[in-house]
Amino acid sequence: MRTITRRVLPGFGLTLGLSVTYLSLLVLIPLTACVVKSLDLTLEEFMRAAWSPRARAAYWLTFECALIAALINIVLGLVVSWTLVRYKFPFKTLIDALVDVPLALPTAVTGLVYASLYVKGGWLGQFLTPLGIEVAYTKLGIVLVLIFTGFPFVVRSVQPVLAELDSDEEEAAAVMGSSRWHTFRHVIFPHLLPPLLSGFTLAFARGVGEYGSVVFISSNMPFKTEIAAVLIVSRLEEFAYREAAAVAVVMLGFSFVLLVLISLAERWSQPHAK
Amino acid sequence: MLQRLFLIFVGVYLAGATCWVLWSARVRDNGSTIQLLNAACDPTRELWREINTRFAEHMQRDRGETVAIRQSHGGSSSQARAVIDGLDADVVTLALWSDTNAIHKAGLIEESWEDHLPNRSLPFVSTIVFVVRKGNPKGIKDWPDLAKPDVKVITPNPKTSGNGKWSLLAAYGSVILRGGSEADAEQFLEKLFGSVPVLDTSARAATMTFSQKKIGDVHLTWENEAFLEVAEAKGELEIIRPAISVLAEPHVAVVTANARRKGTFAAAEAYMRFTYTPEAQDLIAKHHYRPTDPEAWERHKDEFGTLEMFDVAKLTPGMNNPGDIWAELNRRFFSEGALFDSIYTRLHGGGKAK
Amino acid sequence: MQNDSAAVAPAADGNSAVDLASFQPRSQARKDPRWVRYLLVGTTYLVIGLLVAVPLAHVFFQAFSAGVGAYFQKLLGDKDTLHAIFLTLMVSPVAVAMNVVFGIAAAWAIARFEFPGRALLVSLIDLPMSISPVVAGLVFMLVLGLQSSLGQWLREHGWQIIFAPPGLVLATAFITFPLVARELVPLLEAEGADEEMAALSLGANGWAMFWRVTLPNLRWGLLYGIILCNARAMGEFGAVHVVSGRISGQTDTLPLRVEKLFQEYDIQGAFAAASVLTLVAILTLIGKSLLERKVHQG
Repeated sequence: MRTITRRVLPGFGLTLGLSVTYLSLLVLIPLTACVVKSLDLTLEEFMRAAWSPRARAAYWLTFECALIAALINIVLGLVVSWTLVRYKFPFKTLIDALVDVPLALPTAVTGLVYASLYVKGGWLGQFLTPLGIEVAYTKLGIVLVLIFTGFPFVVRSVQPVLAELDSDEEEAAAVMGSSRWHTFRHVIFPHLLPPLLSGFTLAFARGVGEYGSVVFISSNMPFKTEIAAVLIVSRLEEFAYREAAAVAVVMLGFSFVLLVLISLAERWSQPHAK
Repeated sequence: MLQRLFLIFVGVYLAGATCWVLWSARVRDNGSTIQLLNAACDPTRELWREINTRFAEHMQRDRGETVAIRQSHGGSSSQARAVIDGLDADVVTLALWSDTNAIHKAGLIEESWEDHLPNRSLPFVSTIVFVVRKGNPKGIKDWPDLAKPDVKVITPNPKTSGNGKWSLLAAYGSVILRGGSEADAEQFLEKLFGSVPVLDTSARAATMTFSQKKIGDVHLTWENEAFLEVAEAKGELEIIRPAISVLAEPHVAVVTANARRKGTFAAAEAYMRFTYTPEAQDLIAKHHYRPTDPEAWERHKDEFGTLEMFDVAKLTPGMNNPGDIWAELNRRFFSEGALFDSIYTRLHGGGKAK
Repeated sequence: MQNDSAAVAPAADGNSAVDLASFQPRSQARKDPRWVRYLLVGTTYLVIGLLVAVPLAHVFFQAFSAGVGAYFQKLLGDKDTLHAIFLTLMVSPVAVAMNVVFGIAAAWAIARFEFPGRALLVSLIDLPMSISPVVAGLVFMLVLGLQSSLGQWLREHGWQIIFAPPGLVLATAFITFPLVARELVPLLEAEGADEEMAALSLGANGWAMFWRVTLPNLRWGLLYGIILCNARAMGEFGAVHVVSGRISGQTDTLPLRVEKLFQEYDIQGAFAAASVLTLVAILTLIGKSLLERKVHQG
């Protein structure tokens, strides 16, 4: 039995009380204040602030870039977790450790470094610019940086599941004459779908909210390379608090939906967990 | 045993850090040292660093008082917003009248603040000039050149930056004052902003974009910032002065509500008045701001190129006092839905950004 | 024929619970063709190299590009950078400590008890993970800045929260809020309450049970959560950017200092500061992998 009635184990009142109080003070009340502030606006003003062409362009850009990055991460994450689990190769432990770097590296450092690398004269930019590929200050740069920040989520979701996979099914398939690709597609991949989805959703959520790294590498132009977070900061700096709060509320709404999706995905990907 | 020692160390560290954080939550009187906070606009970093040192020496020598001045820098409007929001500045040294006045409207600066300090609270003025690449490959000499199709312009966002606002006003005025109509001026602005590849939030960020990241063909910036930028670039950049540009007036003010509450009013006043002394005016000229003291100007005027500077009042004929002038300028250009917004929407469209 | 499996806790937020050495395709059935192997491994090298290794190298290269002496001069000789390091070292641990206390309390309540609203509590804990840091900063601005009556009351009574270290602590705590709790809940659930029940039945009171049974069992998972939380806290940029006021030498944390140095033409300085943060990140990762083994042996 994992949960015991409160009469047996002590501390229920204390811990629950502490948790709820802390949660309210730190998270719930401030978030409510934000919603309340945006309610200062009339419906029409709210729509104008939160749903203006510029805001819509910002949401679209944010979601588009985060989506593309997360999709790319599915592929890259799958490849990397496959090689980490199934193969032996030089520097494997190092590579495995490096996968986690985006989780630990501060976003400002990410942004600074990527901007510096991909600018016209940068280490990597000097090769790409002659090919006509501009990374810094373009949407491509935003996607690249989001790929970086979301990368570990997919790998770390898939790795444990892949590692724990029963080899019986694969062997049976081989015995029955299935090609490797066929085996992968029909036997292995279905098991990987839930963690892929879970990792994808986490990477996507992270990408939608990311500010520090994007702001360094984007040109932050309204309608073109302005993500929603930058729009909020911009409105703030124009003294437009309520309008900023309105955009924030819309983003919170999206966050909430994402949250629900994440928990559904996680629950699906761990049917054996409680 | 080691683990216990480690835990004790962590415990002590945390207790210490928590105490420090709580301690820093109180606004306190620092005993004998007077602490001043100067909320300044972005490009004035180097200037204030020097003035602050001299002022501190001066106070120590002449009044026996120890003064420590801290700086906060950011886009002019951003800084105004921060002060209104609670940034506990004793003085503000922003880029334009309407930002400082916004703080006054929020109740933090007293009435008629402009008259409180000499020369309408202007220890220095400046203007907007161009910075171009070495040799001026695109042949940019004056405002109309900015509308050439292959010219990319760097200027910060007028919504957040003083530099951005002054650039826009200078560009607009360059057309109007040469006899163009409002429609012509608007068209010019549209072409101009259509060729801005990166819109930074503040002056210094735009400078970094132009000089470090090497984006753009011409940079519209403060004259003083241009000098600094060119010096840092060691020959890679040059300054071009258009024939006409805007007279940029960055007012300074004591944030009376904060200063009185903290008891730093006298020191803050002295600080601002110090900027008018010959010593400070020379520093100002050294950092390429145009000093307003006539004698100082005489001494330094040869260091500045000549260009005709127009007052923004010329853009709002019939209005005299800054309140009306800036209200009109904001209404026309910078507010929600005004000219800058509509130009941007026209350029980049309502709907999906691609 | 069967895989060796180390105990695996399938959490999707950064746990790598895989014992790398032991997973090899044992039978021919599971071997991929050679060209596939080369392709995939090559891609892995390319991806990790470009995405991670090159940027890391670049940080240190730029930081040291003016020489080792200049590097230390930039870090230790600059008063404001030193203060930024100090501020980060004050703010992050406090925020992490707050979240640890909460995390333990919440994990205990969630893992050991059934109560109405339990699922809701779990979801709410996850909420900050999907919120943009900038929104977090904005939210505290609204509550504690002069825009609100609370903010005005605070100002009148001489308290400064926003634009001062306490505001930074709050914003940082908000962002890193779920990280410790998320580690502890599955751990506590997996541990089961048997040992604790045993302690109680032997006459221990609540606190004794907690200190002597629960906490030691949680030890490695807790440390793991603390490390993750700390790394995120030290690196936070977006939220503190909004609430800090950017007063040099007073409210600039190290990430903000990086931005400021960059803007003051001090590229080496910016990268030097960035290298300190990068070093912290690398140490975090080392600590993480050392602890991972402990957690899953525990």
